[in-house]
Amino acid sequence: MSTPMGAAAPNPWRRRALLWLPLGAAVAAGAGFLGMLRGLRTGEYDPRGVPSALLGKAPPEFTLPPLEGADRPALAAADLRGAARPVLVNFFASWCAPCVAEHPFLVRLQRAGVPLMGVAYKDRPADSLAFLRRHGNPYGRIGVDQPGRVAIDWGLYGVPETYLIDKAGLIRWRWAGPITEEVLGRDLEPLLRRYA
Amino acid sequence: MEDSLTPSPACGGGPGWGWQWDRSGAGFRRESSPTPTLPRKRGRGLHLVALLLLLAAPCLAAIGDPAERLPDPAQEARAQALGRELRCMVCQNQSIEDSDADLARDLRRIVREQVGAGRSDEQVMRFLHERYGDFVLLRPPVNAATAILWAMPAIALGGGALMILAARRRRVAQLGSSRALAEPAALSPAEQARLARLDGSGGAAG
Repeated sequence: MSTPMGAAAPNPWRRRALLWLPLGAAVAAGAGFLGMLRGLRTGEYDPRGVPSALLGKAPPEFTLPPLEGADRPALAAADLRGAARPVLVNFFASWCAPCVAEHPFLVRLQRAGVPLMGVAYKDRPADSLAFLRRHGNPYGRIGVDQPGRVAIDWGLYGVPETYLIDKAGLIRWRWAGPITEEVLGRDLEPLLRRYA
Repeated sequence: MEDSLTPSPACGGGPGWGWQWDRSGAGFRRESSPTPTLPRKRGRGLHLVALLLLLAAPCLAAIGDPAERLPDPAQEARAQALGRELRCMVCQNQSIEDSDADLARDLRRIVREQVGAGRSDEQVMRFLHERYGDFVLLRPPVNAATAILWAMPAIALGGGALMILAARRRRVAQLGSSRALAEPAALSPAEQARLARLDGSGGAAG
C-alpha cells in the first residue's frame, strides 16, 4: 500500500537538489561574468579580440615607400628577415588617438634597444611627419601605406596594431590596440625575452 | 583620402548615427511639452515620419555607392553575394556589404577588383581567409574549433527530445501506479479461495 505512494512523492534529496541547482548555476554564471568584467577592465579579456591568421607565418611580401623628411629608410618584407633579435612592426596613423597614447611606450621600447619598424596607415605623409616630430620617432624604418593595401595583407583591422617577428622571420604575436603598461608587462616583455 | 581621416570607422548607419539619434531625442522632448492642440499633434506625427526617413537615409547611403559598383551586373551580383559572406572586422556583426566602415569599403573594393579580374569565388574567399582567418567568414567552416557550434542545433534538439522522453516516462510510471491503486491486482488463488469461503459463510449466516 505504501509503495505506490512513495514512488509518487518526490525524493527529498532530489527536491533539495532542484532547489539548489538553479541557485548554483546563477552563482557560477555571476562569477564568470564578474571575471569577464574584471578582464575587460585590465585588458586581459577582449570580447572583440580576434587572433591573427598570420601567427606562426612569415609576414606577407611587401615594399613600401619611405616617409619623406623622416630621415629613415623605407620598409620592405626583406627588412624583417634574419634580424639578430625580434623586431616589432607597428601600424600607426596621426589621426588615431590610441596611437598617441601608446607612443611613449614605443619610445621606451626603442630606448631599450628593441628594433621597431613603423607603417603609416592611411595617413597623409605630412601629417605622419608632424606626428613623429611632436611625439618622437621610435622607428628604425618607416613605410608609408596610404592606400592601406599592405595593411590588408597583414590582416590589419584597425590602428594601432603591433606585430612581433622572431629571429626566424615569423610572426609570433599580434596586438590590436594600444600598447599599455599592462600589455608591456604581461605580454610583450616576456615574449621579447622568450624570442631573444 | 579625406574619408580615411575619420578616426573611428563607423558601422551600419554611417558616421554620426548615435549623434543624430541623441539630437532627435532632445528635439522631441522640447517639442512635446507646450501647446497640446490637435493640429499641432498631427504635425508632430508627420515630423516623426520625416525624422524616421531622415534617420533611415544613412543606412541606404551606406550600402551601395554607385561609384563602387562593377559595370557588369552579373559580376556585381557575384561580388555582392561574396561580400555578404564576409564579416566586417571592425563592426564584427555586419557583412562588408552592410558596413560603412573604412576597412569594409576597402575589402569591398578588393572583392570587386578580383571578381573583375576573373578570379573564382573560392579564390576570392581564400584570399581574405588567408589574411583574416576564420573570423572573416560569416559562415564558419566546420573544424575542431567550430564543431560544437555546428553541432549545437543537434545537441539542443537531442537534449529537448531526451527531456520530453524522460518526462513522458515519469508520467507513464505515475499513471501506472495510480491505476494500480484504482484497480487492484487480480486476487491470487489463495485469496480467491478465502473470499469464496467468506462469501459462503456470510451466505450461510444471512
